[in-house]
Amino acid sequence: MNKDLAIEIRELSKSYDSVKALDKVTFDVRRGEIFGLIGPDGAGKTTLFKILVTLLNADEGSAQIDGLDVAKDYKEIRTRVGYMPGKFSLYPDLTIEENMEFFASLFGVTVEQNYDIVAPIYSQIEKYKKRRAGRLSGGMKQKLALSCALIHKPSVLFLDEPTTGVDAVSRSEFWDMLFNLKEQGLSILVSTPYMDEASRCDRIALINNGHVLDIDTPQNMVDNYDLQLFGVKSNNMYELLKILRNDSGIANCYTAGEYHHVVAGSGFDAAALNQRLAANGLSNIDIKTIVPDIEDVFIKLLSNEQQ
Amino acid sequence: MSNNDYIIEVKDLTKQFGSFKAVDHISFSVRRGEIFGFLGANGAGKTTAMRMLCGLSYPTSGSGTVAGFDVIKEGEKIKRHIGYMSQRFSLYEDLTVMENMELFGGIYGVANNELKERAEDMFKRLDFYEERNTLVGSLPLGWKQKLAFVVATLHKPEIVFLDEPTGGVDPITRRQFWEMIYQASSEGTTIFVTTHYMDEAEYCHRMTMMVDGQIKALDTPANLKKQFNASSIDEVFRLLARGAKRAE
Amino acid sequence: MGRFLQFVKKETLHILRDSRTMLIALLMPVAQILLFGFAVSTEINNINVAVVVPQWSEGVRQNVEKLSANPYITYKGALTPNEIDHYLRAGLVDAIVVYANDFDRIMNDWRQNGVSKSAMQFIMDASNTNIAQAGAGYLSNILAGDMMSASSMVETHMLFNPQLKSAFNFVPGIMGMVFILICALLTSVSIVREKETGTMDVLLVSPVRPLRIILAKMVPYFGLSCINLATILLLARYVLEIPMGNNLWIVILVSLVYLALALSLGLLVSTLAKKQVVALLISAAVMLLPIVMLSGMLFPIENMPAVLQPLSAIVPARWYIDAMRKLLIQGASFGPILKDFVILIVMTIVLLALALKNFNDKLE
Repeated sequence: MNKDLAIEIRELSKSYDSVKALDKVTFDVRRGEIFGLIGPDGAGKTTLFKILVTLLNADEGSAQIDGLDVAKDYKEIRTRVGYMPGKFSLYPDLTIEENMEFFASLFGVTVEQNYDIVAPIYSQIEKYKKRRAGRLSGGMKQKLALSCALIHKPSVLFLDEPTTGVDAVSRSEFWDMLFNLKEQGLSILVSTPYMDEASRCDRIALINNGHVLDIDTPQNMVDNYDLQLFGVKSNNMYELLKILRNDSGIANCYTAGEYHHVVAGSGFDAAALNQRLAANGLSNIDIKTIVPDIEDVFIKLLSNEQQ
Repeated sequence: MSNNDYIIEVKDLTKQFGSFKAVDHISFSVRRGEIFGFLGANGAGKTTAMRMLCGLSYPTSGSGTVAGFDVIKEGEKIKRHIGYMSQRFSLYEDLTVMENMELFGGIYGVANNELKERAEDMFKRLDFYEERNTLVGSLPLGWKQKLAFVVATLHKPEIVFLDEPTGGVDPITRRQFWEMIYQASSEGTTIFVTTHYMDEAEYCHRMTMMVDGQIKALDTPANLKKQFNASSIDEVFRLLARGAKRAE
Repeated sequence: MGRFLQFVKKETLHILRDSRTMLIALLMPVAQILLFGFAVSTEINNINVAVVVPQWSEGVRQNVEKLSANPYITYKGALTPNEIDHYLRAGLVDAIVVYANDFDRIMNDWRQNGVSKSAMQFIMDASNTNIAQAGAGYLSNILAGDMMSASSMVETHMLFNPQLKSAFNFVPGIMGMVFILICALLTSVSIVREKETGTMDVLLVSPVRPLRIILAKMVPYFGLSCINLATILLLARYVLEIPMGNNLWIVILVSLVYLALALSLGLLVSTLAKKQVVALLISAAVMLLPIVMLSGMLFPIENMPAVLQPLSAIVPARWYIDAMRKLLIQGASFGPILKDFVILIVMTIVLLALALKNFNDKLE
């Protein structure tokens, strides 16, 4: 057991019927870090969360929170963790204030006692405290749910897709709040399907189909991207994609917005490609090198796996 | 007033609930075959605006046409000429792929032989053939969404409305989905899409940003980034939406 | 405020804010009592009776007078035998009494020598079997019953419910149903709702013992049911004028046990269902239907097919309804309902044990 670890996961597996939801997942979350679990729906994120917060039992493997075993010491763990499930987990027919009071009472504390820990977040919605939770916007619900998960001063925070379906501004604000909590010493495990949020985490695990593809800091992951990546655009993006697919100098290409991303194969020559594209009748052609982001890393890892 | 180059033309479209202006005098046009991004914060009025364009809700004031039909008087006709796909409801999980196609084909009055032909074509293109008798419920999410898009375009609508079509899928599937959108667009179908993924705005030919019921920006993604001196659409979005007054 | 009270407060708020459900829960028993008490009745209120008399003797005249004097019978006069078919088919009469030719002589033979011979005949319109059966019973009671009593061989009296008022029968039945509906159905739905919305996850990931969560959930529904109990008893006493006997405290005691039973049943359902719809379906199919069909609320258990009779024994409402009938209508004291009471207690313990065994600290 390592004292510097908030969460220690070893070879955790879980199946539903014949489907493997988790397949030997192993990673650690250090004390005081924001650890991001990044992957699409159905990757196993929620199952992993439910095992860690002691709602489900794993089939195999072990996990410890604060040095406590999730299977044996689940009662003790439940007093120490804060949990925000993926679904909106508040009572829509109760007001902001009533929700807060209720969740505080679950842990035998009062809102006043622990006001300091939730203050930075709760103060933003406190003026609406008589409003029912069901009538709040996505951003406010999120703040309330986070306040409720924090009210008992947990040492480890589990946030399962807290930003799904929330607009970019609220999401950005939410990550600012997480950063503040981390500064106060909380360890945070957060999952998200939005790859662009990876950069807000200290370290991330990319997960797909129940197993971990890679674990590292977001920066290292991008730095370790060992393929040559180019962006190509033209006046007709669909035509361009079809031509790129059949080009022998290109290992892989996919849509990515303004520019298609192209993974260079052996003997890739940008100037020659430009000419070939023009010869095919395309115009406004632009080819440039691209700095990969986490999605490019994810796609590389997924493609490797599928081969 | 209808210009054949534009499939959507709205002027001062407004929807008021009591004293609350959910949509406040929006005016814009969408070209035929364009991929048009419709972005905005939660509660900015996107859904309300989209419902009016689909003929599901009457505007309080203003005027406009969709696919050549009046949004106030010809809602029923609009419904027949558009496709619609939302993340929440797409297909019947307890029916097979083919049964879903037949059902929706029937709803939109696609002739049987034509339906079969189109289905075959789609199956081949998407590598779906083996799954045509699989229950939709047992398909992976990404497949369901691709299939939902196919079903929404089965009757060859002139314009397809996509309400957050790519939520929660993996990056490869998301890209395959956009490839389908590109293809439909290159074949002349207009795509009207909302999304929470800011990077997806960059796939669009043009995009709008709604704030507090009004359209605050409308241009190509590249021009918007230039205009706001921002490195990404995400940044543009935050600059615009930060000023939002609607205290949610 | 203690943790438990906070919980109860939260549950109470849920109920109070869902005004539609609360209204239904409070008004349903009232509506049912009034509906069954006044509108739906299987008792004989007004049957049209005609007679066929071959010979107007003194005995026949007296007998017919009894008919025309009875407030629940409308006397339609005398017919010729040829008219019988037409009057019944046209629905002009519900029943026809045909007197024997030598009615007086048969009666005399009966009285003096005990020789039994058919003296009169009832021809009933049996297209409505309920009216036909009840009508025949009623007719033989007022017409033939008299001669029986004269011979002092058989004596029939309608005790406890002399007018055979059906409301008397329905009140215990409604009680048996309403408490299951409110306690079992509403509690199970409210627990399962928390599973469905995900709030149950958060509750479980807290130091509060799950059992306490559940108990707190039951308190307000228990309260609601107590209000219902009071309403039903008041309505039964003062609107339907059911006598009720002197043992109100036994009625309340048995009812409280039944409430506990219903709550345990609700808890058991909530452990089996993951979706509110499923909880509703289980409640409706597994609880409501047997109560209506098998508990003796509508159909007497003795008249059920032999296969179903033992089945009715496992329907808790059967025992509760039986006890309530004895207490409210017969005015029985504790002795006669002891068996019902013990069975209800045993059932409660078994259901609660099953529910607790099924209930888990975790999601699986």
